[in-house]
Amino acid sequence: MAIKLPIYMDYHATTPADPRVVEAMLPYFTEHFGNAASRNHPFGWEAEEAVDTARKQVADLIGANAKEIVFTSGATESNNLAIKGVAEMYREKGNHIITAVTEHKAVIDTCKRLEKEGYRVTYLPVQKNGLISLDDLRNAISDKTILISIMTANNEIGVIQPIAEIGAIAKEKAILFHTDAVQAAGKIPFNVNELKVDLVSISAHKMYGPKGVGALYVRRRNPRVLLAPQIDGGGHERGMRSGTLNVTGIVGMGKAAELCRQEMARDAARLSGLRDRLSERLHTGLDEIFVNGSVEHRLPHSLNISFAYVEGESLLMGINDVAVSSGSACTSASLEPSYVLKALGAGDDLAHSSIRFGLGRWTTEEEVDYVADKLINVVTRLREMSPLYELAKEGVDLSTMQWEVH
Amino acid sequence: MAYSNKVIDHYENPRNVGSLPKEDPNVGTGLVGAPECGDVMKLQVKVNPDTGVIDDAKFKTFGCGSAIASSSLATEWLKGKTVDEALAIKNTDIVAELSLPPVKIHCSVLAEDAIKAAIGDYKKKQGKADTAQATAQPTA
Repeated sequence: MAIKLPIYMDYHATTPADPRVVEAMLPYFTEHFGNAASRNHPFGWEAEEAVDTARKQVADLIGANAKEIVFTSGATESNNLAIKGVAEMYREKGNHIITAVTEHKAVIDTCKRLEKEGYRVTYLPVQKNGLISLDDLRNAISDKTILISIMTANNEIGVIQPIAEIGAIAKEKAILFHTDAVQAAGKIPFNVNELKVDLVSISAHKMYGPKGVGALYVRRRNPRVLLAPQIDGGGHERGMRSGTLNVTGIVGMGKAAELCRQEMARDAARLSGLRDRLSERLHTGLDEIFVNGSVEHRLPHSLNISFAYVEGESLLMGINDVAVSSGSACTSASLEPSYVLKALGAGDDLAHSSIRFGLGRWTTEEEVDYVADKLINVVTRLREMSPLYELAKEGVDLSTMQWEVH
Repeated sequence: MAYSNKVIDHYENPRNVGSLPKEDPNVGTGLVGAPECGDVMKLQVKVNPDTGVIDDAKFKTFGCGSAIASSSLATEWLKGKTVDEALAIKNTDIVAELSLPPVKIHCSVLAEDAIKAAIGDYKKKQGKADTAQATAQPTA
């Protein structure tokens, strides 16, 4: 069977919009173009109704009430609003925030900014499996702690943090708990009440919806969470996020959420099967490859592997008809290898050798087999020209060698 | 990232991949870079003791496509050159030949270091180590 190239296997970066999502959105560009804030004519009413439907669809995906959903421009804004909004609103109660070193930049950099403004931030380390230690979390809490922000699933390695356990600790200590659930929402079951989370960031384009729209869940009861708005204006979204609502985007996000809720179990079962097939094929065809992060606590469609002795960018060059990401420094503007992989303590060399595979709704078995075969060929070829592989095969322990670091 | 056609050609058809016997007195070996920096080059030259001309050159590189191309090109250029001519190869020559973008200039620097290290090793073996080259020696 002919495979259409290039193959997309980077579903953590973004996902294509589901055609059913696009179909739902289209009338709202032209026919129903009203401003959801126009209260005095049917154009506005139609738009508002569509937004209300979407709000319910998004709320249903995470077990929330529709009134607890605030639409934003995406998860970066949601993370900013949650963290800065809480920090500003609860400043009198305390100035301490707890997060983790493997969080997305939208959380880390937001916390860094707050540090400049006098807040104190604890960045919890992670264990070798990518998960935080609950003891570390407990020890970090002080009477000044106002917020814990720990992501549900990591964007690079796909590991799932113990959110329910963190939620229980936060509840016990009466500290607000925010989670960036961008990679998890729509992919694995997620219920705000079971997990005891107070704020949740989600994004439409990671779950087969359009780009440029996201949401923040803000708990209304037990406790009622208050946020200082970060964008001032017409007082939209219960005063928490001003700005004319992106009705088409919101409709798309709602439809995407509904589809994820209905198809999650089937998608997850199919994708974890394909993901395991990819992993098994690679492990059969190659020695010295390592899965980064917990295998057990992992999103069904995620796989991050380090191919020892082979540098990530040269690997990507060899599979240039496959779209994946690497933790290699050479693929990033900063020339620094992935801070997430470094945090696992696997060593910078393995961070340079990593590939992130993200499978999704349209990934096929043929594609998985093609990618596995191609990688085995390329890794084998690159190892033949790798001085590190040669040294390792000669029995040299690379970690004890003295390198001239520049 | 867009690669020049020459980088792609060297990546897909690397010249002179392999190893020469390290113990041979006429072989000089240079090993530069570090795994945690994302690139390590091993470059070897085999010098004809009678003529002082490099008869053979081999490389192995752990690194990005530009690092592989820089070292592959270096081995091509080394063959047929005398030891002193080899030392005259500059990283800027490699940058120009491969059209390396600014973020990849370090790959060419590493290739120049590898040449100097290999020649330095050869000279040391020949008992005429040049102290100026000693800094380019691999510490491994």
